[in-house]
Amino acid sequence: MSVLVNKNTKVVVQGLTGKEGSFHAKQCLDYGTQIVAGVTPGKGGLIWKDDEGKYEVPVFNTVEEAVKETGADASLIFVPPAFAADAIMEAADAGIKLIVCITEGIPVNDMVKVKRALEGTGVRYIGPNCPGIITPEECKMGIMPGHIFKKGRVGIVSRSGTLTYEAAYQLTTRGIGQSTVIGIGGDPVPGTTHREAVEMFNNDPDTDAIVLIGEIGGTMEEEAAEYIKENVEKPVVAYIAGVTAPPGRRMGHAGAIISGGKGDAKSKMEALRAAGAYVCNTPAEIGEMMEKALKERGLL
Amino acid sequence: MKIHEYQAKEIFKKYGLPVPRGIVAHDAKEAECAAKELGTPVVVVKAQVHAGGRGKAGGVKLAKSPEEAGKIAAEMIGSRLKTYQNPEGLPINCVLIEEGVNIDKEFYVGLTLDREVSRPVFMVSAAGGMEIEEIAKTNPELIIKEHVDPAIGLLPYQARKIAYKIGLTDRKLVSQFVKILMTLSKMYFDLDASLIEINPLVKTKEDNFICLDAKIDFDDNALYRHPDIQELEDTTQIDPLELEAKKWDLNYVRLDGNIGCMVNGAGLAMATMDTIKFYGGEPANFLDVGGTATVERVAAAFRLLLSDPKVKAIFVNIFGGIVRCDRIAGGIIEAAKQVDLDRPLIVRLEGTNVELGRKMLEESGLNIIPAKDMADGAQKAVKAAKGEL
Repeated sequence: MSVLVNKNTKVVVQGLTGKEGSFHAKQCLDYGTQIVAGVTPGKGGLIWKDDEGKYEVPVFNTVEEAVKETGADASLIFVPPAFAADAIMEAADAGIKLIVCITEGIPVNDMVKVKRALEGTGVRYIGPNCPGIITPEECKMGIMPGHIFKKGRVGIVSRSGTLTYEAAYQLTTRGIGQSTVIGIGGDPVPGTTHREAVEMFNNDPDTDAIVLIGEIGGTMEEEAAEYIKENVEKPVVAYIAGVTAPPGRRMGHAGAIISGGKGDAKSKMEALRAAGAYVCNTPAEIGEMMEKALKERGLL
Repeated sequence: MKIHEYQAKEIFKKYGLPVPRGIVAHDAKEAECAAKELGTPVVVVKAQVHAGGRGKAGGVKLAKSPEEAGKIAAEMIGSRLKTYQNPEGLPINCVLIEEGVNIDKEFYVGLTLDREVSRPVFMVSAAGGMEIEEIAKTNPELIIKEHVDPAIGLLPYQARKIAYKIGLTDRKLVSQFVKILMTLSKMYFDLDASLIEINPLVKTKEDNFICLDAKIDFDDNALYRHPDIQELEDTTQIDPLELEAKKWDLNYVRLDGNIGCMVNGAGLAMATMDTIKFYGGEPANFLDVGGTATVERVAAAFRLLLSDPKVKAIFVNIFGGIVRCDRIAGGIIEAAKQVDLDRPLIVRLEGTNVELGRKMLEESGLNIIPAKDMADGAQKAVKAAKGEL
């Protein structure tokens, strides 16, 4: 039905009692996500309540305790950048296999070390600096506006939050629903890459087609294109942001920079086109292009 | 964050890396005194600006006497150095006067993140003095690469491997080279650098290595744990509009076009620029106002865009997610009233409560051109900038 999360996912929120954590945890609960625990060191034993008093969630000092007491199997992280690497490692150490880190502004070397430490552990972490993931009408683990998504059979993977919303909104208004939407984030060292997300969607029997939204910087889109070329029969609609971005300038996201002659939008678009993807010139075409692709394949 | 060469060399010295003797000078007299004090027959006068390609741009000159050093310094200081990386030029506020070195051979040494494998990578080449991008294009086989495991750092055998590959045989030189690489690896992690570059690393005729140039860029996200490095920032090297944007925590990059853009989200902001270009216009900037888009931030963003005289029209492109469109519309109206908007404003709103938001904009009495979607907004902005709307 989906990848990574569904209605049975039990979420622990690290940083639940903070401003961001509280606000977005309530939005997730409103959406129907099972948030079973919160973790804030020093606040263990408290019961977190949202501002309207609708929900109550027990708070623990450590993720280990939260897992033991509640059976949480996924973690959503809202802690400040200086503590984020520690939070990810704590969740992994507590046996959590799916970690979504929303935090923006984490030092690159922290993530280089986390990535190294989690190699081969089977932990899937998403982000940082991302909107999170959502399986529409089942589980929202992130900060995206839930109502623009609709249950269906198109998977979306994106480095950008607002472009994800654009794409989902265009699909939803056309009546095309989504299986799972994965925001992999705008940092140079992401936990999950485009290629890995595309692979998950490709192996998911309930995903018919894939939207891939990339941007300048790095070579993730090229690596995904290589995988698509070899393995993916499902239609892929792609958009790459940053055709007009000058080299050497960081465009908002820490990872959105053309450097050392690598990472420009044109070569990414060419690679995806060569892999058989439908490549859009502007994000305004994503919905239309997917509709066309699905019709061509008799999927709509 | 970038720092000047002389600052990078001070850090190099602290780590025990070999650098030429040098003195910073802020005027001709200081430069002359510095050259005298160094006492070598030739000194080098190097403009201190945050840009690569200084040599080609005339920012590095030899002086055969202290008087000549003073004269060159007088010409440089107060002027702007225009390089291929920065055609508008950057102000030269000081120069570095350095002893001359007997160059026998030049090498390139760089250390930066390899995003493909999420680990730092050493890039070393015997074709020193050239831009690494150029070598990568023309002779990629001349660049020796070695990744650093973040759990244990660079190991000596890796540095030796590089040394032999670039043709070093002399035991003393190999050992000096290994020490330099090991130190750079330590420095990279200690200081949260995003790039360390020595171009060139020089083997002198006396058979010693010396770092003739030094460049360190730092990870902005990690500056909070390096207050001493933060103090090295030279704001004269940053575009004044970008500096102003930073104060408001706005993500702003100035470009060459005439359509000002205000967008929420970095990806959508880039996409907005691209869409403008796609319809034949030129974006004046990248600007991400962030998810919340409060009145204060939107007003600050408007002031920023309006202060650029090249801007002929402004395109606001907002996708209202968790923040509803009616609130965003209210913010735009309030901010537009505050700043005395004298150029056409095109607004595209989409998302939650969009009907209400659009109605508020229409009834605001402001001269706002509504757009039904992103493509429509971009086309209208292109027309407006040409004075056709």
